[in-house]
Order: sequence, then C-alpha cells, then structure tokens
Amino acid sequence: MISTIRLQGEAFDATAETEGMTRGRTDIGAVVTFTGLCRADENGKPIASLTLEHYSGMAEAEIARHVEEASARWPLLGVTVIHRYGRIIPGEGIVLVVTASSHREAAFAAASFLMDYLKTRAPFWKQVQTVAGTAWVDAKTADDLAAKRWSALPSRREAAK
Amino acid sequence: MKLLYFAWVRERVGKAEEQVDPPAGVVTVGELMAWLAQRNEQYAYAFENAKVIRAAVDHRHVRSDAAIAGAGEIAFFPPMTGG
Repeated sequence: MISTIRLQGEAFDATAETEGMTRGRTDIGAVVTFTGLCRADENGKPIASLTLEHYSGMAEAEIARHVEEASARWPLLGVTVIHRYGRIIPGEGIVLVVTASSHREAAFAAASFLMDYLKTRAPFWKQVQTVAGTAWVDAKTADDLAAKRWSALPSRREAAK
Repeated sequence: MKLLYFAWVRERVGKAEEQVDPPAGVVTVGELMAWLAQRNEQYAYAFENAKVIRAAVDHRHVRSDAAIAGAGEIAFFPPMTGG
C-alpha cells in the first residue's frame, strides 16, 4: 500500500493527487477523494479567513498512525492525506483525503474513517478572522460522535488475533 | 522536560514552549497541569478547566493519569479542530 502524507502551507491540486495515485495502475478499481473546503461563515457569521495552527512532528505521526489503522481495517491500495496549515481563505481547500482500493466499499469507508479521525485526533486548531477580531473554533460534539462510531468495529488486525 | 503549548493554551500561558523541572511528587500529566496552574495567574487561567485540555507525551495522545517519567516532550492543547 502506497501512502503519502503531507502538511503544507500552499494549496493542493486534488485532481493531480488522484491522477498521481492511479497512473499506470490497473489493480485499482475505486478511488474516493474527499476535499474539505474553507467556508465563508462559521456559526452563521461571515469570516475573512481561517488560520490553522498545528503541532509539527505529532501531526505527521498521528496521521501516519491513522493511515496504518485504515490499511489494517480495509484492503487499500493507496492513501494520500494532505493537510494545510497557516492562512486559508474561503473557497480554498483545507484537507484532502484520497483512498484507493479494488472495490468501492473499502475506499469509501477508509476515507470516511480518516476524516473522522483527522477532525478529532490530528493536532490542528482553527482560528477564524472576522470583522470583530479573531476567535478559536470550538470542537464539535458531532465530530466526536462521528469518530466514536469506528471504535465499535474491530480492525482486521485485531480480529485476526 | 520540554513543554509545548498550542492554540488558546499557548496564548493564555504566554509562550509556545519552555523547559521545566517539576518536583518529584508530580507523577502524572494531571498532576503536572495542577502544578503548572499554581505557578502564576497566566498558568492558572490556562489550566482553570483542566478537564477540557488534551495532552500528548512524545507525540502521542495520553490521558491525564499517564505518567510523565521519562517523557522528552509534553504538549498541552485544546480539543482539536482540524480537518
């Protein structure tokens, strides 16, 4: 399984990342691409931009652990996770997850699993800039619940023990 | 040991990182937070609601009952909001 994990300040190209994963391959039957975008509002209030702070070193390690967990749970042929940091304006991408497998079920499930864990376990913090000033974004209970649903399922690795 | 702070914990403490040498009685991550909180008003404000603050030891999430012995780097931060 080929995995790519990148943290970067600059924008990413989802199409190029997907093409890079599947080029020359004939074993991949399904690719799921998820792009998280910066909206122009937070809790109904307009924002000018987002700034993402991250814990360099741990962020890479934590994402790598979840990619490893995903590949233990599903028969994946490729995973790419790109997460931006720094200033991001509405309309720009924040995070990209690309998962490839022989069949769609694994690709869909792994992309969803990775996003749920990125939201709640990857050490990134969003701050919004508005006309009123700056504010840290609060963590959402719905994101915690979304991540918890995966813990009820044993991984293939654990099931094999 | 090296401590790191992120997001509003960093802002409240007033620094991103520092070296500390807690007394021998400080054994767990939770006790470390309590020890930091009594240093001055800034730390007290940062750690006033210790239950919401998350911690990592050497780049791994830990609970407040985790031991700090042998830790190279301990980080404190609010719940994460990436993705």
